[in-house]
Amino acid sequence: MDYFDPHIHMVSRITDDYETLAKMGCVGMSEPAFWAGFDRCSVDGFRDYFRQLTEIEPKRAAQYGLQHYCWLCINAKEAENVSLSREVIAMIPEFLDKPNVLGIGEIGLNKNTRNEATVFVEHLELAVKYDQQILIHTPHLEDKYQGTRMILDMLTDDSRLDHNRVLVDHVEEHTVRYVLEEGFWGGMTLYPTTKCTPQRACDIIEMYGAERLMVNSAGDWGPSKPTAVPDFILEMRRRRHPESLIRQVVYDNPLKFFSQSQNFHFTPREENAPARAVARAGLA
Amino acid sequence: MSLPLTAPEVLNREFLEIRCKILDLAAAWDRLGRAEGSVADDPRLARLREALTVVMDESADRAEQVQMVFSRPYDDAWQNEFKVAPR
Repeated sequence: MDYFDPHIHMVSRITDDYETLAKMGCVGMSEPAFWAGFDRCSVDGFRDYFRQLTEIEPKRAAQYGLQHYCWLCINAKEAENVSLSREVIAMIPEFLDKPNVLGIGEIGLNKNTRNEATVFVEHLELAVKYDQQILIHTPHLEDKYQGTRMILDMLTDDSRLDHNRVLVDHVEEHTVRYVLEEGFWGGMTLYPTTKCTPQRACDIIEMYGAERLMVNSAGDWGPSKPTAVPDFILEMRRRRHPESLIRQVVYDNPLKFFSQSQNFHFTPREENAPARAVARAGLA
Repeated sequence: MSLPLTAPEVLNREFLEIRCKILDLAAAWDRLGRAEGSVADDPRLARLREALTVVMDESADRAEQVQMVFSRPYDDAWQNEFKVAPR
């Protein structure tokens, strides 16, 4: 089954992973800007990172017929540094017209501090100013419930936001309800130990339905599984759910959500060929 | 949403996996007991025990309740303290 991974960090994966994903049915991915595992010390570090997201990764993906998109921001972890965050936010517009940029993300909270909230709101301002979609990171583990509620407070306080254009990621059993009730999209991250599992993601679909829900692997530099979405597909099949429902979660919903971005020009596999992807990435 | 599998089918499918996870829990507790020192007063242990109690409850939202056992509380007055608001 073709699927689109709406949240995966390919900058931290080797090129072999692109080949594996293509073999497993992945046809495209969306890559939010995130924490690299260390705190960057200058706006130029982020500028180089954004160049990697907008120039290098689409070319790597295209070698295997995959369509790569990205999001830009300073992540919640590094948002504790407000002065650096403001420099990065001021620099982001330089990249918004790049062909694979979908919007602002993954913004959010990490330890739910005042500085993180300040920078989150300033990202919202940027997104509104440039009419960008928003992809949100909710905190890990014990901070997730509190942080998600705080994020939703800030989102719902801003009447300029179209909730249908906002994806709140890493939802779990205790946060998904609040996200869906407010009309946002929800992403379930299939990440070992600290986030959701394919089995629990299936449970959440069974409890809440498939509307405005997606699954992703968030494959990154930590212990993670970039092929987690196919694990979800298999679990849904083992539970005898119809192919149409599975396809809705792993393919139709991502495409429906991302099609609201002005730079999302996805070509379905039937019309596509590796040569088209290569040409699009500027390799030809 | 109606579920394709019946309760007996779910149990047949998952019994060994559930058994394995319970064994893992029991073995982890044994490890705590064999190790030097005491964690009896560690608040995390109390949360673990509370979570296990939830698992054995008869409610329909055990996973959500377990998540809340391990969650920091939310205070809806946080914005007054932080003074962060949209422009």
